[in-house]
Amino acid sequence: MKRWLADPLIWTGLALVLLVIFMPALKPLFAVLFPDQDRPLFEQDSFINLTLAHIGLVAASSAISIVVGVTLALFVTRPAGREFRPLVETVVATGQTFPPVAVLAVAVPLIGFGAMPALIALALYGLLPVTEATVAAIEQVPAGAREAARGIGMSPAGRLRQIELPLAAPVILAGIRTSVIINIGTAAIASTVGAKTLGLPIIIGLSGFNTAYVVQGAIVVGLLAVVTDLAFDRLGGLLDRWKRDDVAASA
Amino acid sequence: MITFEHVGKTYGDWTAIEDLSLHIPKGEFCVLIGPSGSGKTTTLKMINRLIEHDRGRILFEGAEIRSFAPEQLRRRMGYAIQSIGLFPHWTVEENIGAVPRLLGWPKSRIRDRVTELLGLLALEPERFRDRYPRHLSGGQQQRVGVARALAADPAVLLMDEPFGALDPVTRDTLQAEMLRIHKASGTTIVLVTHDIDEAIRLGSRIVILDHGRIVQSGSPREILAKPASDFVADFVGREDIGIKLLSIERVGDRMRPGEMAEGEPIAADASLRHALSIFVARGIDRLPVVDQSGTVAGAIRLTDLTGAAP
Repeated sequence: MKRWLADPLIWTGLALVLLVIFMPALKPLFAVLFPDQDRPLFEQDSFINLTLAHIGLVAASSAISIVVGVTLALFVTRPAGREFRPLVETVVATGQTFPPVAVLAVAVPLIGFGAMPALIALALYGLLPVTEATVAAIEQVPAGAREAARGIGMSPAGRLRQIELPLAAPVILAGIRTSVIINIGTAAIASTVGAKTLGLPIIIGLSGFNTAYVVQGAIVVGLLAVVTDLAFDRLGGLLDRWKRDDVAASA
Repeated sequence: MITFEHVGKTYGDWTAIEDLSLHIPKGEFCVLIGPSGSGKTTTLKMINRLIEHDRGRILFEGAEIRSFAPEQLRRRMGYAIQSIGLFPHWTVEENIGAVPRLLGWPKSRIRDRVTELLGLLALEPERFRDRYPRHLSGGQQQRVGVARALAADPAVLLMDEPFGALDPVTRDTLQAEMLRIHKASGTTIVLVTHDIDEAIRLGSRIVILDHGRIVQSGSPREILAKPASDFVADFVGREDIGIKLLSIERVGDRMRPGEMAEGEPIAADASLRHALSIFVARGIDRLPVVDQSGTVAGAIRLTDLTGAAP
């Protein structure tokens, strides 16, 4: 009945929301913690706006990473695309070899400041975990199930939709989770090129020797990552229900 | 039902199947057997176009198999394999109902069919219906695999070493059930194995392959009594041939009706091999025989085992 009371997702989620909304109310606390600062609270923008912008940037870049990554992986695991696999794996791996800061630095002179270079850098950076996980996920589908699906007369699209994707889903989701969590952290750096994210107080704080700003930004980014990770964990549990023992025990 | 006409299949410079001609009539239990690389599995998979042949023609119910879309063809043929290949994320019921769903059967009909098949394969429907494959033993999984292959009343059942990975006791039970199902349904079955005892037990016809060619084809008795070559004689187990011949004959066929004998009786439908075993183990030369109802119908003597086949 009270199981939700012990649910870390609910508690951390609640903590994140309350902290973001009531950050201004904590100003006296930060004043006590950082007595040397004239301005103990980051007030150039509200934490609500920063958090929403951060989530928006991560969501948009992750959506691109997921769509492109899953599509590429499915393509190279089809008979028609098999020969492109080494090429795709190299290109995707290169995307993650470049540090995001370097991508941002290169993108700015080409595209200018703002959210756009950040979006491109993050999408490229998040591509590898998704593509790699999807290829691995499709390949670990049992060969017997694959052969049986073909042998009983499922069409290629039917096999993908009914057999391969459902069986691959937990591993694909793990790749997406890695990609999104990495991007939540990396998006903070995007504030160096003028994208509005939770990295803004951190960067301003670092350059202005204001530790309070750094702490405020870091705590919210950290909580956001933890909440997202817990949410993925919950989602993963729904995808492989058939692996659990209690499901069949009721039969 | 299925006819191969001068069929060939080549991979690069390796000829897997060479000029293979074979007719499998309706209702036959045809066992393809041979050593590794003999082309038995290739032959089976060419029937449902999992492997496409290069030369010759393969006919299914009189029509060239290439005139069917592969998926449509496969849905009319049951398919069971050694690795079973149940879909781990589907329940037993969903697995068995896979082909009927592809064929668009209504839900209630699929459900009834699943119940019927679980019963046929000795799995209690209410206990197993909602289980996932990982909660079943190997033997139970293969029962579900066979049920899935039979689900849409296929015109032919293709089986690729279906019992190869099972323990001997489970394999024996499932072989007995395949014989029962074949007898009851009259479905044409093509089964691949490398186990000659399985072939002799199950097949109404055994086709022996070597290097992509048929080296002999015939009933188990023909193959055992007149092996066409040294290869066949070796393959069926030269020194065991006599014992294997005994294993395909029933006590009832050699029985002396009305004759009486002492001791524990043997069933009329037991094999002569079983009878020989009892003669040797008990050191006797005469055994009473009981029919299916358990009443004594006659007797069999040790010397009857070597009598000419009826």
